[in-house]
Amino acid sequence: MKIAPVRRIIPNSLVDGPGNRTAIFLQGCNLRCDYCHNPETQKIYSYESSDANSQIRWMTAEEVFNEIDKDIPFIRGITLSGGECTLYPQFIKELFILGKKAGLSCLIDSNGTIDFSLYPDLMEVCDGVMLDVKAWDKNKFKVLTGGNNEIVKKNIRFLAEIDKLEEIRIVCIPEEVDAENVLEGIKETIGDKIANIRLKLIKFRNHGVTGRLKDTNSPSDAYMNNLENLALEKGFRYIKIS
Amino acid sequence: MSNVLDLVKSEKLTYEQIVLSLAHAAESTLDVLHIPEKTAYYFEQNAIDNLFEGNAPYRPRYILPDYDKFIKQGSKFLQVDPPTDLDELLNALMILYRHVPSITSFPVYLGNLDKMIDPFIEGYSDEEVKKKLKLFLNYIDRTITDSFCHANLGPEDTRAGRLILEVEKELQNAVPNFTFKYDPNITSDEIAELALNTSLYCANPAMCNHVLNKDTYSTDYGIASCYNILPIGGGAYTLSRLVLPKMAELAKDIDHFFETILPECLQAMGDYMNERIRFLVEESGFFKSSFLVKEGLIHEDRFIGMYGLVGLADCVNILLKDTGKRYGHHKEADDLADKIMHVIAEFADNFPAKHSQISNGRFLLHAQVGMDYDKGITAGVRIPVGDEPDSMSDHLRHSARFHKLIPTGCSDIFPMESTAKNNPSAMLDIVKGAFSLGVKYISFYEKDGDLVRITGYLVKRSEMEKYKNNEVVLQNTTHLGAPNYDNNKLKDRKVRGI
Repeated sequence: MKIAPVRRIIPNSLVDGPGNRTAIFLQGCNLRCDYCHNPETQKIYSYESSDANSQIRWMTAEEVFNEIDKDIPFIRGITLSGGECTLYPQFIKELFILGKKAGLSCLIDSNGTIDFSLYPDLMEVCDGVMLDVKAWDKNKFKVLTGGNNEIVKKNIRFLAEIDKLEEIRIVCIPEEVDAENVLEGIKETIGDKIANIRLKLIKFRNHGVTGRLKDTNSPSDAYMNNLENLALEKGFRYIKIS
Repeated sequence: MSNVLDLVKSEKLTYEQIVLSLAHAAESTLDVLHIPEKTAYYFEQNAIDNLFEGNAPYRPRYILPDYDKFIKQGSKFLQVDPPTDLDELLNALMILYRHVPSITSFPVYLGNLDKMIDPFIEGYSDEEVKKKLKLFLNYIDRTITDSFCHANLGPEDTRAGRLILEVEKELQNAVPNFTFKYDPNITSDEIAELALNTSLYCANPAMCNHVLNKDTYSTDYGIASCYNILPIGGGAYTLSRLVLPKMAELAKDIDHFFETILPECLQAMGDYMNERIRFLVEESGFFKSSFLVKEGLIHEDRFIGMYGLVGLADCVNILLKDTGKRYGHHKEADDLADKIMHVIAEFADNFPAKHSQISNGRFLLHAQVGMDYDKGITAGVRIPVGDEPDSMSDHLRHSARFHKLIPTGCSDIFPMESTAKNNPSAMLDIVKGAFSLGVKYISFYEKDGDLVRITGYLVKRSEMEKYKNNEVVLQNTTHLGAPNYDNNKLKDRKVRGI
C-alpha cells in the first residue's frame, strides 16, 4: 500500500461537500495561491525529508480508513482535500476502494492541475470532484497561483463528460479573479451540463492570509449578487454564495 | 417560597404563579399517603425524590387527550361542536387546552398538530394558513406559561407540518416544545432537513426515533412535557426518581450499593408510587368526575407510572472515585453503569404497579432530566456537561447504549456551530446514524441562539437575564431554567460541528 502525508483528519465536517463527511487533508500543494488560507499545508515533503516538526503522519489507506471507520454510520462519505490531494492518486484510489466497500461516497477536493484522465482506476471509485477554478485568464491564473490552468480547463471538460464534476468553486476577488470569464468559460466548455453542476461563489476573506492579499477587502454583496445573476444567465441552477 | 405570606407578598411572581404556588401550599398541609419509615428516610436523604408532586394527588401528572377523537366528536361538556373549518378547529383546540390539567396545571400535550391541522387547510393559501397559525401559536405561548408543554409533528411530510415549521422559525416561541417523529421509511429527507434546520434557529423541533418508540404501547404514543413517551388517550399518573448519586453517597462501597442501598430504594420508590396511584385513582375525584374521562378523551387504563432515574453518570463516578475512571470515558465505568441499569430494569420488570394496564401492570423507566435545585446531578443517563467525549460519534454511540433500557423518554442535547445552518443534510446524516444505532431522541440548538434547551424544555436567555435581575417573567419555567443553567454549567455544553 502507498503511504501519503496526512496533515489533518476532521471526523465530522459540515463544510466539505454534501452531508456529514470525514475530511482528510493531505500535505503538499503544487500551487502557491496568494489567498491560501492554510499555507502550512503547501510544502511538499518526501518521507525522508519530513520530521516530527512537520506535523504530518505518513499513513497507508488502511490506517486512514481505520480512523474514518469510527464515524460510520454518522457520515455519508469522505472528502479528500489538501494541500492538493491528487498529488497522491494511488493512495486516494486505495482509500476510496475501502470507502466504497463501506458504502461511503468518495469525493475529491482539487485545484484541478493534475490530469484526471490519466487515472481511470481512480475515477472508477471516485464519486465526484469539487474543483477550484481560480481564474480563467492564463496570466491571471499565473499571477495568483504561480501555476498553469490548461489542465484545469481540460479537467472541467473531462469530469463533466464522465458526470463526475460535483462542484465548481470560485473564490471571488474583483480585479484579481476574472470570475465573469470563469463562468463564461465553463459554459463554453461544457454547455448544457452546467445546469446539473453546483456552483459555489466564495467571498474572499483575508482572515489567515499571509501573502500579497492580506490587506485586500472582501467583495461587496452587490458584486456577489451580480455574479450570481450572471451565473443564472449562463445556466447554472444550483448556486450558493458563502 | 413555601411560606404562604411570602407568596402573597412576592414581587417576582405573576398573579397566576402565586395562585398555583398557593394551591401547592394548601395541598402540602395534607397527610394522606402512607409512607413507611425507611421510605421517609430515603426521601430525607434525597436518594429518592417525588419532584414536589404534592402530598395528595388529585390529577395525573401528564395527560395526553385523544385530540383526534375530540376533533371528530367535539365536547358536550365544553359545548363545542366538531370543527368544520380551520378557524373552528383552532378555536376548539384553544378551548380544550384550557381544560387539560397536569402536574403544572397547564396542558403538557397539544397533539400531533400537523396531522390534526392538515385536513383543514385545503383551499387556503400558505399566507392565510400561516397568519392563523401564528395567532394560534402565540396564544399558546402567551397563555400556557410553562415550557413543559409539547406538540408533535410527523412522521409524514405534510403541508401543515412545513407551514408550522416556517412559522415557528419566525415566532421564536419557547412554548410549545415541538418534536418531529422521524422514520426514514416514512419521513422525506426534505422535511426532516427543514425540521433540523429550523431547530438551529429556534431550538425546535427535537427529533424522536419513531421506529424505536412507536411500539412502546398497544395504543399510539405522543411526546409530552419534556420528551416523555406516553400513550395517547392516557398519560402518566406520577413520576418519582431515583437520585443515583445521592444513593452512591450513602453507600459504603460498591457492594453495599448493590446489596442494600439500591434494592431498598427501588422497593421504597415502587411502593411510594403505588401509594400515589392508589390515592389518585381510588380516593381523589379525578377519574370519577373529569369530562375528559366521561367523553372518552382519556381512559384510566391508559395511564402508567413513570419510574425515573437521574444522575447515572455521577453515581458511577462516585462509586469509582478511587480509580479515577469516568462515565462516558472508561469501559469499566460504562460497564458498571450498565449493571446498575440492568438491576433497575429488572426491578421494574417484576414489580407489580397498580392500575397500570397499558404497561402490563408494570412501571416504565424514564431518564429524568433534573431539577432546578440539583447540583452535581446529571440529567438521566447523559454524560456530564463539560465532560463530553471529543468525538460526537463516540458520544452518540454511548447514548445509544444507555437509551436502550428506557422506554418512556430519554434524550440527548447538542449545541451546534452556526455553520451547521448551511448544511441541513449533514445534520440529518447524524440523526440517521444515531437512530440506526439505537438513540431514541435527540435535539439540537445553535450555540448562540436566544432559545436554549435546558434539560428538555426551552427557555430564552433574554428571559433568564430578566429573572436574574429580579424582574417578573411570563413563563414559570424561566424560574427553573435560570438556576439550572448556572448550576449545571449549561453554557459549557460541548459545541458540535465544524
